[in-house]
Amino acid sequence: MSLKKVHENQPKEFKFSDKNLKKVEEILKKYPEKNKKSAVMPLLYLAQRQNNNWIPLAAMKYIANYLAMPYISVYEVATFYTMYNLAPVGKHFIQVCTTTPCLLRGADKIVKLCKENISPNENEISKKGNCSWMEVECLGACVSAPMVQINDDYYEDLDEKSTKEILTSLINDKPLKPGSYRGRKNTSPEKNLINNGEKYA
Amino acid sequence: MLKKENRIFKNLYNELGWDIENSLKRDDWKDTKDLINKGREWIINEVKTSELRGRGGAGFSTGLKWSFAPKEVGSRPHYLVINADESEPGTCKDRDILRFEPQKLIEGCLIAGYTVNAHICYIYIRGEYLNEGKRLQEAIDQAYAKNFLGKNACGSGWDFDIHIHYGAGAYICGEETALLESIEGNKGQPRLKPPFPALVGLYGCPTIVNNVETVAVVPTILRRGGKWFASIGRPKNTGTKIFCISGNVNAPCNVEEEMGIPLKDLIEKHAGGVIGGWDNLQAVIPGGSSMPLLPKKVCDTLTMDFDSLIENKSGLGTAGVVVINNDQDIVECMARIARFYKHESCGQCTPCREGSGWMWRILDRVVKRKATFSDIDLLSDVTKQIEGHTICAFGEGSAWPVQGLLRHFRQEVESRCREEPLIKKKLNNPYLVDQHLLENKNA
Repeated sequence: MSLKKVHENQPKEFKFSDKNLKKVEEILKKYPEKNKKSAVMPLLYLAQRQNNNWIPLAAMKYIANYLAMPYISVYEVATFYTMYNLAPVGKHFIQVCTTTPCLLRGADKIVKLCKENISPNENEISKKGNCSWMEVECLGACVSAPMVQINDDYYEDLDEKSTKEILTSLINDKPLKPGSYRGRKNTSPEKNLINNGEKYA
Repeated sequence: MLKKENRIFKNLYNELGWDIENSLKRDDWKDTKDLINKGREWIINEVKTSELRGRGGAGFSTGLKWSFAPKEVGSRPHYLVINADESEPGTCKDRDILRFEPQKLIEGCLIAGYTVNAHICYIYIRGEYLNEGKRLQEAIDQAYAKNFLGKNACGSGWDFDIHIHYGAGAYICGEETALLESIEGNKGQPRLKPPFPALVGLYGCPTIVNNVETVAVVPTILRRGGKWFASIGRPKNTGTKIFCISGNVNAPCNVEEEMGIPLKDLIEKHAGGVIGGWDNLQAVIPGGSSMPLLPKKVCDTLTMDFDSLIENKSGLGTAGVVVINNDQDIVECMARIARFYKHESCGQCTPCREGSGWMWRILDRVVKRKATFSDIDLLSDVTKQIEGHTICAFGEGSAWPVQGLLRHFRQEVESRCREEPLIKKKLNNPYLVDQHLLENKNA
């Protein structure tokens, strides 16, 4: 089981912006009237987006009120799922997949680069730029390993050189484009790459 | 080898365009109305004839599953739920369907929804696939614009709506009852079965849960006939399947192939061969991380289908083939998988919650060469304590890879162990306390 801790410094208040309140109305339409509780996950996502990519306790209370469900149920959901950040993360939030298929192709080297370039520890805001990184479990892009997710986007087919470039671009706040860094078309086999695997990280 | 005209997912690499206009050119939504008008019995029979087995891992007959849904709608509405929570390490097939063949999935949803009497369909996509979800939403909007969805969908007289629900990074939500809990707004912890979701599922209503790939192949099966699908592959293991080949191969890729293709062909013809040549192969995980690995001597002659893999004490699972060559430390690879399961256990059943941690810690000790010989037996015992003693199949999923390691690579594991126990003082409670933690003051 994963353990998650809530952040020490919590804002006192949280409220959805008017724009998000409209989105909430749309979300609630998806679910049957008497099962408003189903909207707790999408609402937590909205709160996370509104609050710089992390969820304060005040937001959980607000959502609990809004959906007329016990606060503890919202807390339970927010702590159970790993994608809800309960403490601030960097503006560029790097999630490195390190599960076996990525490990086989050198994910440990990417972790090392993150430690050197971003911060020595996970979930620590970098001194230069506004980045943080963490190790995560399988992100479901195994044939494009090794890969990282930066905010919402997948950066695939990495090696040490391309990872360094990406990390530098994030520190300078000018992120490079997501996608394959070996120039291949999605998940198709590369015919020209039968060179005994020299090219992986 | 699969013939080109038999391929179902023609746009797996997005060479032809994913949007609805291009999909229509590939025969999506062709005669859907006529297919639906042939009736539920015909659809279920055709799917049964095709011998289609669920592509999500368990390999249960899809036609049979659909026939479990109550024939008449009672006081409770029926639901169709599509499982797109693809989190099994080694698997990334559904992602390509969501991105590049969304209309096949949407059409399949309409047909499946009609067959099981559902007017509402939820597609549960894992939270990390945000961009894929946005793409699917776009495709759904395009389908609505053409009246393929909504009131009187596709002119069939059936009202049908599709909603997307995002997960948030919990592997366990790929288990069907945990997925339903998650849609209901709870922690994703599996429910006891029975009652099965087909009778008591989402919001207590009859619910059919299907994998993305299963549903996406159905329209093509109905259009070309169940017999056509059944003619591909082996009896009881029919049709085509998307294989994801990752790990130490020259050209990792997703590829659609027929069931029962020899593993060696799959790796050498599609994925450019093992790095360092076939002789450099150490082991293969044939069906995503929860299936036991197989050593090279089994891989030489292995065919990839449900039954032949079960004969070899493994399973096809999701067909995520992870290739491990001799350059890798096999114990470290499996220890990492054990860590994955430790991280992803939902914490509901004690054997799994505690046992997954035990397995990881013992394997970690083996990697660091700090384990004793008795640890191996302990490890083997722990896997047996988990297997079959949990609510869902996660217990088996976490125990099997370790059992596979011990079955095929016991010598390798033993070579890293030593005679002397780490803690020399004998304690009387070996089962209650993980001894190596006693060293650690903060444990």
